Amino acid sequence: MHFFKLILRNTLRHKLRSGLTVLGLVVAIIAFGLLRTVVDAWYAGAEGASSTRLVTRNAISLVFPLPINYQERIRKVDGVSAISHASWFGGVYVSEKNFFPQFAVDAKTYFDLYPEYVIAPQEMKAFRADRKGCVIGRKLANTHGFKVGDTIPLRGTIYPGSWNFTIRAIYDGAESATDTSQFFFHWNYLNETMKKAVARRTDWIGVYVIQISDPDRAAEISDEVDAMFRNSLAETLTETEKAFQLGFVSMTEAIVIAIRIVSFVVIFIILAVMANTMAMTARERIREYATLKALGFGPCFLAGLIYGESLMIALAGAAIGIVLTFPVAAQFSEQVGTLFPVFGVSRETVYMQAAAAAAVGLAASVLPALRAARVPIVDGLRSIG
Amino acid sequence: MPIPLSYTLRNLAARKLTTLLTSGGMALVVFVFATVLMLEEGLRKTLVETGSMDNAVVTRRSAGTEVQSVIDREQAAIVENQPEVANGIDGARLASKETIVLISLVKRDSDKASNVLIRGVGQKGIELRPQVGIVEGRMFSPGSAEIIAGKSIAERYHGARVGEILRFGQREWTVVGIMDAGRTGFDSEIWGDADQLMQAFRRPVYSSVIVKLNDARGFSAFKNRIEADPRLTLEAKQENVFYAEQSKVLANFIRYLGLILSIIFSIGAIIGAMITMYASVAHRTTEIGTLRALGFRRATILLTFLIEALMLGAAGGVVGLILASFMQFFTISTMNWQSFSELAFSFTLNAAIIAKSLAFALIMGVVGGVLPAARAARLDIVDSLRAA
Repeated sequence: MHFFKLILRNTLRHKLRSGLTVLGLVVAIIAFGLLRTVVDAWYAGAEGASSTRLVTRNAISLVFPLPINYQERIRKVDGVSAISHASWFGGVYVSEKNFFPQFAVDAKTYFDLYPEYVIAPQEMKAFRADRKGCVIGRKLANTHGFKVGDTIPLRGTIYPGSWNFTIRAIYDGAESATDTSQFFFHWNYLNETMKKAVARRTDWIGVYVIQISDPDRAAEISDEVDAMFRNSLAETLTETEKAFQLGFVSMTEAIVIAIRIVSFVVIFIILAVMANTMAMTARERIREYATLKALGFGPCFLAGLIYGESLMIALAGAAIGIVLTFPVAAQFSEQVGTLFPVFGVSRETVYMQAAAAAAVGLAASVLPALRAARVPIVDGLRSIG
Repeated sequence: MPIPLSYTLRNLAARKLTTLLTSGGMALVVFVFATVLMLEEGLRKTLVETGSMDNAVVTRRSAGTEVQSVIDREQAAIVENQPEVANGIDGARLASKETIVLISLVKRDSDKASNVLIRGVGQKGIELRPQVGIVEGRMFSPGSAEIIAGKSIAERYHGARVGEILRFGQREWTVVGIMDAGRTGFDSEIWGDADQLMQAFRRPVYSSVIVKLNDARGFSAFKNRIEADPRLTLEAKQENVFYAEQSKVLANFIRYLGLILSIIFSIGAIIGAMITMYASVAHRTTEIGTLRALGFRRATILLTFLIEALMLGAAGGVVGLILASFMQFFTISTMNWQSFSELAFSFTLNAAIIAKSLAFALIMGVVGGVLPAARAARLDIVDSLRAA
């Protein structure tokens, strides 16, 4: 008990120094937590993927479309229980800054494949009945203040012209990992408009989404689908939804790696600050340590004092930092809007923050503790700090 | 009379561990700061130097990128025959009607796929870009299934070295040459014959038309005529402007992320400097009293401690910059969101970045040192001489 009291008193001896160190730790722990959450957000699409969904795209690359008549042929493959399709629209809402993903989908079937998009039945009915209607996610609606009945004007980049859609439904995510920043509208409307404008571009879709009943047969079914279209004008590549999403992540992997590295740099920065605090503290008290030694306390006791003080400061910083991470993350998420559709501090992040703080606390006192434990009594008493 | 600089230097040397840790923390912050600036500069240099002032890129209105753009043959012919377009030595127009598609290729090191831009160029394609040179093999011959790969594509993707074969669009394409485009965006592209590629991809249309203008000053007349022509639904941009816009999102992302990180991280380092300087003042209370008693003024004391903090910052800045300069050996490749294709660029260090980083380090030192220095200057002579 006395031991802990001594540590606490020691910590409070230099209130300014301990306070500044804790403040530094708080900033570092929040920064570390936010960076890890940004990395998590990068993988959110893959995390939210279902193992019973496959995605079929053009084998050359995603920018090449697939003909609509593949749909019936894929549906006949054994093990396929449902099929739908989606096409990237790439429109601009007012300015490029307001990016959100837009897909032209088969209104009849698409949402049956995505039970995680929760839509009220009457809104669903209204969307299906309106050819120029659209369905948007809750996060997107909140970002721009959209309500059911509003019109969203989009400027087409891939499909030229200006397009107006009426919001008929707003979907919620069934889980926190569901992306609710998307925008869906009728592919039929897109197709008919293209028929009038550029006949060459009708009856094409971006990707097929296939529902399979048995996730274990994913590889086999993918091969079967791809074999069907080999040596055709539009060869296909079928993969699980997760692999498809990870494909996007891997294209920007360099950025993810950079953010990961940087998240550890901040830990090293705070380690330097913390180690400095402990080194100074131990240096100032070397005479006290010698006195304690002369009184009969062992080197382990002295090391314990230093480690204890360092851990106390580190954990105080970690506790405040972790608590503050949540409001800061919420604020950040609001600021970036739909850029990161899913942005939540995960439990692992909190554990990592606590572990990083503990590691900093321990590593910072290695040298001071060694010095204190080793110092000969006479030298210590003679030291002037 | 100022206190000699050696006094400050010896103080820093007396507490080596503390000095080392404090400037070490600052060095890491400066490293992050400089690295981000270098990355942004590398990206800027890569894309800005890709384009030339005298060239104009014509794409479909509001397409934004060449990949999304569509220009049919009639429109392309109209663009090519504008009076501002220069003629080559052979009398033919210096224009290249190009088709751009993305194909998915697999990386050598990770076996992961990424989008690579394939550019079908016309006869004059290479003449319009003087920075592009063939460093290995030869140019593809027109009308054949031959392609040449950019240097960074050849290094990083399966099937992109000379003599290797890539299969796409139901045909096999032989890589016959490697082009070096002097670290511009073309290093991350594959080039082939436009007509062959259009046939393979069943695309009856071009993506963009690149023209060389007689004179860069003729651009606005060219642009106005193109955009006013009712037969055309196109827009024209100067090539360097076009490429700078291509990187806007990525460059902004790097800049903002980097700035926010640098500021947050610098708070940590500033706190480190403050702790060190406060301790430095506390240790030397008697010394400060002595100096004051000898006749040194408050302002001199303030300056001395500020110089000490500045030196901590400067040491951190120099070390951080040395660390960052090693980053020049690395190349980063990532997908450019706007063009949806892979782009390689390297960390580029220049004088402006060195100056900015050092200034940043010194500011960190001053901000960390100003409060402790003020405390030192405010000390009362009698009290401080009495302090143990």
